[in-house]
Amino acid sequence: MRPDLAIVAGLVPDGARVLDLGCGGGRLLAHLAERGCTVQGVEIDGEAVIRAIRRGVPVIERDLEEALGTFADGAYDVVVLSQTLQAVVSPARVLTEMRRVGARGIVSVPNFGLWRNRVALLRGRMPVSTTIPHAWHETPNIHHSTLADLEALLAEVGASVDSRILLDERSRPLRVGVWPNLRAAAAIYAVR
Amino acid sequence: MTDLGFVETQRVVLGTEDDPLVLASGRSLTHVEVAYETYGELNAARDNAIFVCHALTGDAHAAGHHGDPARRGWWDNLIGPGKPLDTDRFFVISPNLLGGCQGTTGPLSTDPATGRAYGLDFPLIAMSDFVALHRRLLAHLGVERLLAAVGGSLGGMQVLQWAIEAPEQVGAAVVVASSSRLTAQNIAFSAVAREAIMRDPGFLEGRYAESGEPGPSTGLRIARMMAHITYLSEEAMSEKFGRRLQADAPGQPRPDAPATGMGLGVDFQVESYLAHQGQTFLDRFDALSYLYLTRVMDYFDPFADPDAAARVAAGGTRVLVVSFDTDWRFDTRHSLRILHTLEHARVPVTFREIRSPWGHDSFLLTPPGYHDTIAAFLDRAAEVEGGAA
Repeated sequence: MRPDLAIVAGLVPDGARVLDLGCGGGRLLAHLAERGCTVQGVEIDGEAVIRAIRRGVPVIERDLEEALGTFADGAYDVVVLSQTLQAVVSPARVLTEMRRVGARGIVSVPNFGLWRNRVALLRGRMPVSTTIPHAWHETPNIHHSTLADLEALLAEVGASVDSRILLDERSRPLRVGVWPNLRAAAAIYAVR
Repeated sequence: MTDLGFVETQRVVLGTEDDPLVLASGRSLTHVEVAYETYGELNAARDNAIFVCHALTGDAHAAGHHGDPARRGWWDNLIGPGKPLDTDRFFVISPNLLGGCQGTTGPLSTDPATGRAYGLDFPLIAMSDFVALHRRLLAHLGVERLLAAVGGSLGGMQVLQWAIEAPEQVGAAVVVASSSRLTAQNIAFSAVAREAIMRDPGFLEGRYAESGEPGPSTGLRIARMMAHITYLSEEAMSEKFGRRLQADAPGQPRPDAPATGMGLGVDFQVESYLAHQGQTFLDRFDALSYLYLTRVMDYFDPFADPDAAARVAAGGTRVLVVSFDTDWRFDTRHSLRILHTLEHARVPVTFREIRSPWGHDSFLLTPPGYHDTIAAFLDRAAEVEGGAA
C-alpha cells in the first residue's frame, strides 16, 4: 500500500464504518475491511471500479459530487478524501457534505506551496513533481491549493483539525514540522 | 472461453397434493412442475451453485443448445466454460419460472381440480411465489446456499426478492437492468399490452387453448411489438433502421405494396422488424402467461416493507446492481433506488452504470465492461464463499 494510504489507514479505528470518496482500486478499503471495518467506496474510473470489485470492496461507480447527497446524515464513522479534493468541482461543498455524512473526515492533499513548486513558478513554469505529477494541460487536479489555503477552507466550512501529518516528496512523514507550507509535499488532515 | 454443447431441459414435480405450493395470496397449487437446466457440476462441498433467474419471456434454456448448435440459449454469452458464469468452476441452475409457458406450471397447465387448463382460474402470483418455487428446486438439487443468484430485468427482481426473503441463502446477488418498483409509465405499457390481449376476440375469456382456436394472436403480437419498442433505445433503433424503407432493402420485394409511394402496410424497416418480432413471439409464448407475469411486476414493491433492506444486511448478502445508460424501460434511476435503499441499510453494495447503445436489451448483450464486472464480482464471491469445483 502507498505510504500515505498506510498513514490514512492508521487514522481509522478498527471496526469503523468507512466511506472512501475516490477509492480507486480499493486498496485502502480492502485493508480496512480486514481490520473489521464496514467499508463503502465511490469511484468514477471504470477500470479502477473493476479492480475494487475483484478485491471485494463494495464500490459505487458515480461522480462523488453527485453521489454525496444520497448518503444519510452521520451514516459513516469516517469519510476519506484521499488525493481527491483537488479534483472535484466544488471542494467547499464536498467538505461540507463530508462532515454531514461522517462523524470524522480524513483529507489528504498535495501542497502546491512546496518550495520546489514555488521555484518552478519563479522560473515561469507550472510545477510537475512526484505529488503534482501531471502537466498543467492534462491534470485532473483542477483546484491546486497550498496547505494554508486548505486550512483556511476547512475553517470556513466549520471543520476543526484534530491532527495534521506532513509528508515529504516520497510520502513519508516529515520529521520536523517547521515551515510546513514550504517543506511539505503533501499533508493528511484528520478533521471533524 | 468456449461454448457449452448439447444440453437438455429437465422436469421435476415440486408441488403435490400432500405438499402443495402455498402462494402469497393464500391459494395453493397441488401439482407444480418445474422445467430447468443445469450446467457444470455441483462440487462435493455443494457451495459452487449459481442460480439464474430469467426475464419476462425467457425460459430454462439459458445456455448451450438443444441439437442445433446455431440456436443457443438466451444467456449463452454469459454462461459456459471460461465465461463469467464459468461452468468449469460453477454449477449453474436455470429454471422456467412459475406462471410461465415453457415447461413450468402456468395458466395453460391442467388444473387437477377440473382436469382442464386453468386459464383465468390460475391464481394471481407474486414475486415471492417465484422465489418459493426456486427454493424448492434448490432443495431438490441438494443445495442449501447459493454462491450467487443472477438475473436481469424481471430476473433481477427475483434475485432481489430472494436476497430479502432468505439472505442467508444467497451469498452474492447480481441485479441487472432491474427495478424495485415500477413507475406509472412502466405499468402503463403493461396495461396496454394486457388490453391488447384481453380485447382480442380470440381471447375467449382465457379458454382459447381448449377451444382449438389460435388464441389472441393479434393481441399478443401487438403486446410484443410495443414491448420491443421499450427494450431498444431510440439511438439503437435509429442506427438499426433509421427511416429506411423496406423497398430499400436488397432482395426484399414487397408484393403486398406498390413499388413506389406510401402504403398503410409495412413500409419502413422498423415496422418489418416489429412485425417479425411479434410473429415469432407467437410460436414460443402464451398470452395468459404474459398477463400473469406482467402483473407480478406491476405489484412488485419489496421496499414497501421498511425492514426489507435491513434483512439483506443482516443476512450478509453482497449485492451488485448494474444499469445501462440508454435503458429507458428500467432506467438508471431504478437501479439507484435499489442502491440507495440497500446502502442506507448498510448492505455492502456495488453499482455500475454501463455505457451501451442498446437500451434495456443490453443485459443480454456484451457492452464493454459489463461481463468483466460480473466476472470480477463472482470471482470474488467464489473466494469468499470458498465455492469452485
